[in-house]
Amino acid sequence: MKVLSRVALGALVAAGFATSASAATLDDIKKKGHVQCGVSQGLPGFSNTDDSGKWTGIDVDLCRAVAAAVFGDATKVKFTPLSAKERFTALQSGEVDILSRNTTWTMGRDTALGLNFAGVNYYDGQGFMVPKKLNVKSALELGGASVCTNTGTTTELNVADYFRSNNMKYEVVAFEKADEVVAAYDAGRCDVYTTDRSGLAAQRLKLSKADDHVVLPEIISKEPLGPVVRQGDDQWFNIVKWTHFAMVNAEEMGVSKANHAEMMKSANPGIKRLLGTEGDFGSKLGLGNDWASSVISQVGNYGEVYEANVGPNTPLKLARGSNALWTKGGLQYAPPVR
Amino acid sequence: MQGLIDRITSLPEWYFELGRIDVTFAILMLAGVIATIMSWKGRPGMLVGAAYVVVAVVLAYFMSFQAAVGLGMIASIAALLVPNIHPEHGTISWFNDPRARGLIAQIILFLLVTFGIYAMVTNTIVNLERQNIASGFGFLNQTAGFGINQTLIPYTEESTYGQTFIVGLLNTILVAIVGIFLATILGFIVGVARLSKNWVINKIAYWYIEVMRNVPLLLHIFVWYFAVLRAVPDKRDKWSLFDTFHLNIYGIWAPEPLPGPMFWMTVVAFLAAIVIAFILAKLAKARQMRTGETFPSFWVGLAIIIILPLAAFFATGSPLDFEHPKFVAEGPIFKRGFEFQSGLQVIPEFIALLLALSIYTAAYIAEIVRAGILAVSHGQTEAANALGLRSGPTLRLVVIPQALRVIIPPLTNQYLNLTKNSSLAVAIAYPDLVAVFAGTTLNQTGQAVEIIVITMLVYLGLSLVTSAIMNWYNSRIALVER
Repeated sequence: MKVLSRVALGALVAAGFATSASAATLDDIKKKGHVQCGVSQGLPGFSNTDDSGKWTGIDVDLCRAVAAAVFGDATKVKFTPLSAKERFTALQSGEVDILSRNTTWTMGRDTALGLNFAGVNYYDGQGFMVPKKLNVKSALELGGASVCTNTGTTTELNVADYFRSNNMKYEVVAFEKADEVVAAYDAGRCDVYTTDRSGLAAQRLKLSKADDHVVLPEIISKEPLGPVVRQGDDQWFNIVKWTHFAMVNAEEMGVSKANHAEMMKSANPGIKRLLGTEGDFGSKLGLGNDWASSVISQVGNYGEVYEANVGPNTPLKLARGSNALWTKGGLQYAPPVR
Repeated sequence: MQGLIDRITSLPEWYFELGRIDVTFAILMLAGVIATIMSWKGRPGMLVGAAYVVVAVVLAYFMSFQAAVGLGMIASIAALLVPNIHPEHGTISWFNDPRARGLIAQIILFLLVTFGIYAMVTNTIVNLERQNIASGFGFLNQTAGFGINQTLIPYTEESTYGQTFIVGLLNTILVAIVGIFLATILGFIVGVARLSKNWVINKIAYWYIEVMRNVPLLLHIFVWYFAVLRAVPDKRDKWSLFDTFHLNIYGIWAPEPLPGPMFWMTVVAFLAAIVIAFILAKLAKARQMRTGETFPSFWVGLAIIIILPLAAFFATGSPLDFEHPKFVAEGPIFKRGFEFQSGLQVIPEFIALLLALSIYTAAYIAEIVRAGILAVSHGQTEAANALGLRSGPTLRLVVIPQALRVIIPPLTNQYLNLTKNSSLAVAIAYPDLVAVFAGTTLNQTGQAVEIIVITMLVYLGLSLVTSAIMNWYNSRIALVER
């Protein structure tokens, strides 16, 4: 009787409650046929829907690149818009396979949330935006200001640290969604809008008169933004990490979406290993040997993605700066494919 | 207790594959035996049950869960085999006793529910650990490090997450209480206006109700916050009333009262006046019952409540100063406007949320009031008139007391709704419990399970307290049957 009950209850527990968070994400993804990617609720240049409802942005392209690496088809990806507050829970609970949502890599998040950051696809820092008419030249003049920002971000903590360490009074007005922050700042509820500088460049476009506002020169924090995966699945972690590295390596070697076909015939051993015409690096990831080749031919290298979404020729007009390759004085550096 | 919890939660992985079933059984058997003993044997059985719990917990802690299981199995079988001695029919088999059978069915249901809850809790703990997600309540003592723009208790960035919880909770309670107060007044006015014979007043009330309750609350909040916000002067300008109260986009600025050392006398006088007025009303009522003579106890009471504190206030030398908000009109443009922490600032987020909640809920309350008044049969009014009561006393003494019986229960619902709806505050940056605690704190610590559980318990607690108060009031005004 006891044994029987135990078996019955054990089955009930196993079927009803046990989750398999550490099971192979790659197998699950192949089974369902697409990568589920957590993105923002609308941040131009990073993840935003265009007029036709198509997702665009540097974070979105990273997810497309992962889909290209896994399926050889960059369109096999679905997007879940998440608020800053929901994002980690959505990833932890398996609702999304990868979180690519301008998320800052911090020690606390990396260690206490059961998550792993798989790289940095944008080196950012927090800045301040103020209306030009206020004649403010430096963030150090902001004592007594009312500051609009988003809840549930590192921004709230950085601004508190900055004003405290400079002995300045301030009032923080924190909204859940970025659109409300923009609306309140636009209405004059705050003198200052603070978030990552890339975010300021993007949100400025939503203001009624974008040119009346100026981003102050101070950068008050380090904000390395990158994709996040769950802990405990090293294979999937490697796939995301190396998809990003492949795009950086491709730019360094001069392999692009445009010249991909030509480069397939290249005699350069480095390029041959990257594009899978030599070696079997793809199989070590559990993918086909053309994994990186698909990424580059369908999405492009890191430089192309940057230029298309946030670069000087886009409305955001962000110079490469820290995000240039290490060979050009920036921080983007990838280990070799070898 | 903590030791026991640690023992359960720190056991190795294999234990949870098999062992927790034993723990479950132990708890189930325990519960079963206690329920059996308590129901069959009355009060002495409760003592036996309590002793059994102690023994089982001690066994489980110092020896093994298997021992507790063994004891549970033996005890429960023994309890079932004890012949049931029925007061009238003598000894009958427990299997044929409808009472015993009903009891067993209840025990089985109870065991299943207990098991479900137990399995959910342990699974959550195990899964959090397996995924390396921090858990526990230690975070409440960690430094929060972020600012909040409305705090009813002293709070700085160096305060703890525990204090952010208190700040958020108080902000929620503040907007709920003031909102309930305003919504009730407005709702009663509109409800009575809806019954007015004056065509204009009647139609205004009608359209108020139809428009307000058919627009989603979130839109109300956005309209008040964004539309009204844009209409008032900006930070460097203001509208002033008597040069004392000011309004601009940063909210309402008023003089902050600074009570002097002797101000407590005024407060004591105020409280004493309320007690005196209350006693006076009781005495007047008793006298009216005895002799039929009336006494204007409301007006006299009101006079006492106003005059007594005022007298105390001036007798102690007016110990109340006001700090006026500082408005900077000159100098660099950035520095102009009201200075923070000078005077009393009511932030626009609070105003917008309060207006939206009160105006929206008042539409529902108006309908409840109208229904309540209409529920009192017209014959009651006619009877009162026949007795020679004028229309004022008729309304006050005959109609309203009866209408309240119909009004109070649905009114309680509206109060609960208003409190829970206040969590929409997060949309417009009012720092309520959901925004500060279930929002920012959750995100900084990542401890979703603990924080959501605490938040749910808080709303449950607030609702139960509101219900308890309203139920008490309802039973007081209920029809006393003789």
